[in-house]
Amino acid sequence: MAPFDEKDKQPLTSLERISRRVFLTRASAASVATAAGAVAAPLTGSVHAEAPPVAAGGPVDDSAVPGAIPVTLKVNGTAHRVMVDPRATVLDTLRETLLLTGTKKGCDHGQCGACTVHLNGRRVNSCLLLAAMHQNDEITTIEGIGTPEKLHPMQAAFVEQDGYQCGYCTSGQIMSAVALLKEPVGKDDADVREAMSGNICRCGAYPNIVAAVQAVRRMA
Amino acid sequence: MHPFELITPATVSAAVKAQAGAPTAQQGAPIRYIAGGTNLVDFMKLNVETPRQLVDVNALDLSSVESLPDGGVKIGALARNTDVAQHALIKERFPALSEAILSGATVQLRNLATTGGNLLQKTRCVYYRDTAFACNKRNPGSGCPAIEGHNRMLAVLGTSEHCIATNPSDQNVALTALEAMIHVTGTKGERAIPITQFYMLPDSTPDKETVLEPGDLITHVTIPALPEGAKSVYLKLRDRASYEFALASAAIVMRTSGDRITFARVAMGGVGTVPWRSHEAEKALLGKPATLVSFRVAAEAALHGARPQSQNGFKIELAKRCVTHALTLATQQA
Repeated sequence: MAPFDEKDKQPLTSLERISRRVFLTRASAASVATAAGAVAAPLTGSVHAEAPPVAAGGPVDDSAVPGAIPVTLKVNGTAHRVMVDPRATVLDTLRETLLLTGTKKGCDHGQCGACTVHLNGRRVNSCLLLAAMHQNDEITTIEGIGTPEKLHPMQAAFVEQDGYQCGYCTSGQIMSAVALLKEPVGKDDADVREAMSGNICRCGAYPNIVAAVQAVRRMA
Repeated sequence: MHPFELITPATVSAAVKAQAGAPTAQQGAPIRYIAGGTNLVDFMKLNVETPRQLVDVNALDLSSVESLPDGGVKIGALARNTDVAQHALIKERFPALSEAILSGATVQLRNLATTGGNLLQKTRCVYYRDTAFACNKRNPGSGCPAIEGHNRMLAVLGTSEHCIATNPSDQNVALTALEAMIHVTGTKGERAIPITQFYMLPDSTPDKETVLEPGDLITHVTIPALPEGAKSVYLKLRDRASYEFALASAAIVMRTSGDRITFARVAMGGVGTVPWRSHEAEKALLGKPATLVSFRVAAEAALHGARPQSQNGFKIELAKRCVTHALTLATQQA
């Protein structure tokens, strides 16, 4: 579908005023809504003050999401009550509904690790989790482990060791690496490589990623 | 992904009743149990699985790992792969199971994947995964493009003219050598199925992979104690050092007395359409000296009936060497 054709000018009178992310969010929400009903939409009256999770220009009526069910997701210590389609993954709900876009979608099939988050303290692929199955679980994302002002030691180590090139896999790498600190992993670089094998880096920053992980482990 | 309804039963009987409403318990069933979801959600995204109802069994109390009075263990169907592999009882009594689980997938996947779910892990055959292709397993009677196509990763044992898909699990190879019992609750009550009778060869019905009937829910697995002094090992050979399916693997349980082999079980992965138990290899080992010559004879016996396809003939020699080396490792540890 073409969301901005001749007879559909109204929502976007001035493209210049719209950030790239909002533009893309609206465009994809519009196509999804037309094609199959939005997969995840905020519950009316949802709480998320600093970034209203409103995708398509105003509060979305519950009826716009056929079959949507209310779900409470605990993310980074905050409970979010949202309406989700049973098909919505934790990954898509984080990104599209809660606008926590630090968690990345790579393969969407549990093969690349870009979407790694912590579920009750353990690292998992959020693309394989159905949001409706994880009410009351504690979900931690990259936004929950550090801030630009106060980086998690692993984030600081990735900067220090240059553990990335394009950066797309980085939040997943860091979430894996943070979880690894509490896992039974041997002390050698080879042990780290094995423990990090679920996170693919197409730039091939692996040596620096291993160096970052080892630097933090040596600090402990 | 096709729309579905998600239900969360609080009891095993409610779960069984829900799934029993489907005409089959096999792949493609309109009502599916979901536990870790690492396999099923993947296939739902590919539209290989299109259930109209998912029965989330995670609320059931089926995740413990316990010692049994006879020295065996009981593993709940919902016990996560990570928890089983790292459990002190498993590492001490059945190291092959721990090694097998840790050799598969990634930490992220093992943190989600369950014992029961892994028992039902689907083949990685590329034609099964892609609905643009024919596949006798996914769409009975449509044909098997793998036989004339990309079959490097596929099976050389237990194949038929209808299907050559490999069973991809590592866990289940170890469980086969450990003679695990699979405990199931169904519409007619509880029953225990030896793992060697759990999987069905493809023959002319590759869509039917296990003996499970509508409603059947795997509740737990038991592993009997090994004979005194017996050791278990798992060896996996693959294209990458980590995060890759087996080209060939071997799970061995062995005991020696003096230089003689007094007990042996041999199972293989990566080469069979089901987790493959080789009684032929075991027969060749029993009473023989624990030497490389005996191991090679056993490995020959294990692959005796192997049938190569156009791209996977190398697996036969690889599997022989895998079995031989695993037997050597088992002797060193015994």
